Amino acid sequence: MSFSSLSAAGAALRDGSVTARELTDAILDRAAKTEAELHAYLTLDHDGARASAEAADAEFAAGRDAGPLQGIPVAVKDNLVTRGIETTAASQILAGYIPPYDGTAVSRIKGQGAVITGKTNLDEFAMGSSTENSAFGPTRNPWDTDRVPGGSSGGSAVAVAAGSALVGLGSDTGGSIRQPAALCGVVGTKPTYGLVSRYGLIAFASSLDQIGPITRTVEDSVAALEALAGHDPLDATSYRGDLPDFRAGFELGVDGLKVGIVRQLSGEGFDPGVEAAFRDTVDRLSDSGAEVVEVSLPSFDVSLSAYYLIAPAEASANLARFDGVRYGLRHDGSTVEEMMTATRAEGFGPEVTRRILLGTYALSAGYYDAFYGQAQKVRTLVIRDFAAAYEQVDVLVSPTTPTTAFEIGAKTQDPLSMYLSDICTIPSNLAGDPAISVPVGLDSRGLPIGFQIMAPALGEAVMFRTARAVEEGAGFQQRPQMLEEWS
Amino acid sequence: MNWEPVIGIEVHVELKTDSKMFCGCRADFGSDPNTNICPVCLALPGALPVPNEQAIEWIIQIGLALNCTISPESIFHRKNYFYADLPKNYQISQFDIPVCSSGYLDVEVDGETVRVAINRVHQEEDTGKSLHVGGGGRIHSAEATLLDFNRAGVPLVEVVTEPDIHNPAVARAYAQQLRSVVESLGVSDAKLEEGSMRFDANVSIRPEGDTELGAKVEVKNMNSFRSLERALDYEIIRQTGVREAGERIHQETRHWDEEAGVTHSMRSKEGSSDYRYFAEPDLVPIVVSDEWREQIRLKLPELPHERQARYVDFGLESHVASVLVSGAAGLADLFEEAVGRGSDPGQVAKWLTGETTAYLNKHEMTIEQTSLTAAHLGELVSMLVDSRLSATAAKEVLIGVLDGEGTPEQVAVARDLIQVSDSGAIEEEVDAVLEANPDALEKIRTGDMKPFGFLVGQVMRATSGKADPKIVNEILRKRAAQ
Repeated sequence: MSFSSLSAAGAALRDGSVTARELTDAILDRAAKTEAELHAYLTLDHDGARASAEAADAEFAAGRDAGPLQGIPVAVKDNLVTRGIETTAASQILAGYIPPYDGTAVSRIKGQGAVITGKTNLDEFAMGSSTENSAFGPTRNPWDTDRVPGGSSGGSAVAVAAGSALVGLGSDTGGSIRQPAALCGVVGTKPTYGLVSRYGLIAFASSLDQIGPITRTVEDSVAALEALAGHDPLDATSYRGDLPDFRAGFELGVDGLKVGIVRQLSGEGFDPGVEAAFRDTVDRLSDSGAEVVEVSLPSFDVSLSAYYLIAPAEASANLARFDGVRYGLRHDGSTVEEMMTATRAEGFGPEVTRRILLGTYALSAGYYDAFYGQAQKVRTLVIRDFAAAYEQVDVLVSPTTPTTAFEIGAKTQDPLSMYLSDICTIPSNLAGDPAISVPVGLDSRGLPIGFQIMAPALGEAVMFRTARAVEEGAGFQQRPQMLEEWS
Repeated sequence: MNWEPVIGIEVHVELKTDSKMFCGCRADFGSDPNTNICPVCLALPGALPVPNEQAIEWIIQIGLALNCTISPESIFHRKNYFYADLPKNYQISQFDIPVCSSGYLDVEVDGETVRVAINRVHQEEDTGKSLHVGGGGRIHSAEATLLDFNRAGVPLVEVVTEPDIHNPAVARAYAQQLRSVVESLGVSDAKLEEGSMRFDANVSIRPEGDTELGAKVEVKNMNSFRSLERALDYEIIRQTGVREAGERIHQETRHWDEEAGVTHSMRSKEGSSDYRYFAEPDLVPIVVSDEWREQIRLKLPELPHERQARYVDFGLESHVASVLVSGAAGLADLFEEAVGRGSDPGQVAKWLTGETTAYLNKHEMTIEQTSLTAAHLGELVSMLVDSRLSATAAKEVLIGVLDGEGTPEQVAVARDLIQVSDSGAIEEEVDAVLEANPDALEKIRTGDMKPFGFLVGQVMRATSGKADPKIVNEILRKRAAQ
């Protein structure tokens, strides 16, 4: 049994052709086959998943239907806390940590009958673009297991791509949902900042982090976001207004829409295959009646640098709580300070340590103005550039990533080249705007290529509407070779 | 050379909100250790702060009472430092845009009004408590450190003056007056002994006439208003000595030793810690609309200076009114209650600011720790008015009441202090004295009043001092005229 999407599985659950228990067993069976090679999951919760599936079946039997996620297996990135299920953020410092509460996103989807399959791998504390920075070993890309799946939500992207979940929850601070979705041939959405509560998301960079879904189709992404979004009194940055209708104009196509190509997100450093697929997609949008124009957003040239000051600065404080005092790893010392120092030195991996140091430095007296202060000014410029662009166009488009999946180990010794993987995705985080990656084809090596659509804050409807047209036009149906062999 | 001291005071006031600053836990740190905690105040992974609106309203009240400007939009910052009882290893505080800024508080010292300029009033959260076990309770020799997070996240307001005070007595009066303000607003217990109000002082000296500030010393651990003044007096003398010896003052933190009456160096502040403040990204700005601010202003209760003015209107002298309002906590409330029951304001004020205050100071007690009530005060005053107590006896009775021996009537009876005002009884005593002293009687009858005092004394002696002297006088005059 294999389902191509949440909506297909949902239909089958409702017409009685499959039970949630059968669906969950099938998903867990798939995981049993693929995990040894892919390592998408850090924890599989077989018992919990089966119990939730049976509970969902009981609800269906009683005629109660809490919505599209009821009975659907969902994989949760391991930086979202789950009551009673080990949550590590892929860090030694939290190895064995069992949270006493569910984060809001998790409790919302549980409340809507979702079946949590387990916790997926990530770059430690979501810091990375390849899922290689996990303290518990890398996740591999099902399209080519010598290659990375992207990151940091690599585990969730791979689970969805490999069919060991129908929906993956990820978090996106600088592209951590969209970049792995692009590299794994699935759909990844970073919603408007504040739409999905961050309560229970282990913070990397609070002003940039946003939880979102990874799915097989755009339709599934809309359904998942509808389940996730909503005001949460436990998150002071949660959006308080009425939610927009994410489906407004969903079926209308792009006829009459103005689409802007970002000049700064092409050229040097972009694979020719990626650029070709991008141009083909834009041409199809144009053929479908969209008006395509090129726009220039000059601040994008420096947004990567600004991001790598702001995100580490916030992280340096967010990760200060991991000190061995109250939970997680403790490395003994003869004084409290020695204990804290030894715990942190042992518990954090090299990339996390690098970013804490970078962020601490950027905030230090005498350097604050030149680094953190300057970066905040760039952030303001990025917001202004976006605002000016949205006066001319409805959405902005770019490749999601400059390259397709790279080989494991290729960039681990060169952080700067790794950071460049997120060049296209970072600006939306700085602005707090929504963006989505949709798969549009394969390159000459058979690796998926993602197409990014960016929209103004709360512009999810026009973003999804464009994404739907892109998806239809691309007709991307391929599955990884390794899955063909197993199915 | 004459040296001018320059003093700035930082006061932390713990708000008595029901819940903590950023979570729903009870803000009650007297409970069993670690019973009022949750993911937020314990800084579990993923938890987020949500501000307590009551606390924000109260800090605005404090700001308005201190004549501050209220920022239409202020922001929280993270103050980063590692400490075991600080769960996030940063404190949510405020930095460049506090809720309240640029205010002042007028205080009265020796009958003169001095205006103390206030730089800022900002909102922050308290830390947990560390208990060092073994090794004499000192952190470095302790065998273990126990942590109680009940206090972590309790709302704190910090009130910071300008370096604008030049006299320890003014510093003390300021701290007392600030306590009265906070007390009158009802936003804090403001108890020094329980740590719900704590102060630090920054002290420097400079040659008189100079405008630049000298190297400042932060003095901590003053647990009473008196020790604040003593510590400042000491520190000014110490710094003057250092400068006169031709040496320089080191910027540092010093610890006030109440018993020894000296300050000790705690740590050098040169190359002081860098808190790497940055705007708290988990919180949005505190927006205070003009409407909200004015609503809060309308709700402000009577403030101490207004209360003092009202007491002067009652006919109290300004300094007496001032002691009632800014002296020991609870005096003014007791005064109002007693006067409300119909007692004479002047009499009640006299006994509260005189004997009662002396008693509290002597025993280092608060009014609540004594048994004195408004009803007792009323009874005491009416016994005086009815001449059932002499002024001297009343003092003794009041002390008995404060000690918890009972009501004034009970104390007076138990100690046999009731004045005899029954003229019949006194007449008998007078006649007995006159019979024994016929010469003296003869003299006063013929207009020689010299023995009059002697005769009064004899009567008082015969009645063990309990006869009302006024009545003794009257009867003696009557007999002289017979």
